[in-house]
Amino acid sequence: MLFLGAGLSLGFRIQKADDRSLFLPGQTTAGHYQIELRCDACHAPFGGVTNDACNKCHGAELAAVDDAHPLSKFTDPRNAGRLESIDALHCATCHREHQPEITRPMGLTQPVDYCFHCHEDIAEDRPSHAGLAFTTCATAGCHNYHDNSALYEAFILKHLDEPDVKPAAVRPARLARSSSSAPPLTAAQRDEPRVVHAEPLLVDQWEHSGHAAADVNCSACHQPPGGDPAWLGQPGHNTCAQCHDFEVEGFLAGRHGMRLAAGLSAMSPTAARLPMDPQSGHRTLSCSSCHDAHSVDTRTAAVDSCLKCHADDHAKAYVGSEHHRLWRRELNGLAPPGSGVSCATCHLPREVHRENGEQVVRVQHNQNLNLRPAEKMLRSVCLDCHGYAFALDALADPNLVQVNFRGTPAHHLETIEMVRRRQSGEKQKNP
Amino acid sequence: MKNTLLITGGLLLAGAVLSLHTGCSKAKATGISPKVMADALHAVMESDRTVYTRNVVNRLQNEENVIKASEHWKDEKALPLPAQMFRMGAEMVQSKNAGFTYSLLSPWPVNKQNAPKTDAEKAGLDFIVANEGTENYYTEETLGGKKYFTAVYADVAVAKACITCHNDHKDSPRTDFKMGDVMGGVVIRIPTE
Repeated sequence: MLFLGAGLSLGFRIQKADDRSLFLPGQTTAGHYQIELRCDACHAPFGGVTNDACNKCHGAELAAVDDAHPLSKFTDPRNAGRLESIDALHCATCHREHQPEITRPMGLTQPVDYCFHCHEDIAEDRPSHAGLAFTTCATAGCHNYHDNSALYEAFILKHLDEPDVKPAAVRPARLARSSSSAPPLTAAQRDEPRVVHAEPLLVDQWEHSGHAAADVNCSACHQPPGGDPAWLGQPGHNTCAQCHDFEVEGFLAGRHGMRLAAGLSAMSPTAARLPMDPQSGHRTLSCSSCHDAHSVDTRTAAVDSCLKCHADDHAKAYVGSEHHRLWRRELNGLAPPGSGVSCATCHLPREVHRENGEQVVRVQHNQNLNLRPAEKMLRSVCLDCHGYAFALDALADPNLVQVNFRGTPAHHLETIEMVRRRQSGEKQKNP
Repeated sequence: MKNTLLITGGLLLAGAVLSLHTGCSKAKATGISPKVMADALHAVMESDRTVYTRNVVNRLQNEENVIKASEHWKDEKALPLPAQMFRMGAEMVQSKNAGFTYSLLSPWPVNKQNAPKTDAEKAGLDFIVANEGTENYYTEETLGGKKYFTAVYADVAVAKACITCHNDHKDSPRTDFKMGDVMGGVVIRIPTE
């Protein structure tokens, strides 16, 4: 009987050999649960997690925002004494995985007063900080351990007296659909092989799409150059990346594509922790799940595609909100281009880049970049239309976020007033 | 044939040992002391720093008035301040594990994190300020259980841009710097074990 039990147990384990969930020591954080069964995405052989694993996904982001606490600060021998208080050499010192009982927002597993270890005498330098609890440094809209690009004093000063809504409230304009001066391709010019039967509806959608306008024929996606000449029925993200590499890179780095990037099956709403529409369970995430493959209408992808799946309070409150009203007005030609606010306006924002001296606007598909902490959205989105103080207050009000900004912020953050007071003190000293 | 092979093999081995021995002797003969290495590194740092301050920042900002240098150089589309230029280089060297580290400190730092902290830093900064930069300061210290040769060199105001920026900065604890003043010090550390 004992042998039988052992045999059954062994059989069970063999059957479940690929099911690595058996090895999960505890619930994974919101940022990593999608790839939790790909242990080697983070763990080196024999269990360790090195900074390299973290930097593989987060390094470029940290460099882009000029990480306020890079590793090089702590490998400097003059800071060796500080390491005795807190081992800041390793990401995992503050971000331990599989520890749900001690995990705070942003995946933080240190007590929130960690700033104390190095900045305990801050009140000597900044008397305004006397008496402030070290638990509030990073939780009151004032500081961020890594990214202070929207929180530094000179930046706040520059935006101090802006109105709640700016007079010219528009987001950056996108690139023209095509750099080609040739007229759009027509249905008669399409180049699919004879053996392929093209549905008239799909042909019509393509003929009126940005792809036809940009001289992108059927073969460009279904028989991509350099690949197998056989007809590709459902081109994947690698095909899209031929022309949209920045966007695909963002998609793979974000919540929608991170499973694909880790070599796992595509993400599905059924696997999500956020509330999703039960009708969307059969969907999987690829470029074409949001961008219709033939009409490629970005207006659809900006709202309708999102609301097919997302059913949390914030998403459900969008329709009927002021942002949605602006979006409808733009779509109906009643308001200037760029004045509407869609889901994508905030979560897949348009980024202005400088390349070879030219300004280029691209759409960031890594929605994780500006999502948490909320103030990261200030620079990339909110300040296009809103004043700094109003936007910071709004992002710090969780109830307002939940109802999709129907109303005004409940509290005014002290951050702005501290900056204002210091500025007026300076003026009195040096009129 | 076998004997020839043995002899050739023996000669090769002897040659290798001799060569190794000569190599070691050479390393000993040409080995440089931490002090010489630190002085050489500082000569490069000081020269680059002076060139950037005088020929880039001071010329373009203070004399030609064509571009500003700003602490927030990315957002302001401006030149990095000379001190930032120096620190960025130090951080890059730090991330390369280059076998030494360096930093720019001051008894009157704009950012208080750059005040002298270790005993050697405090003594070194006091020394170079008291000697008005005429002498360097050398010592040894143990940090985090590791021994270091530590050298401190005076950082002197070489251009108007240095003194106007520090004298006007709202976080500067000292606002009466003059040209030629010791404004701080460069600390170079070389591990000795």
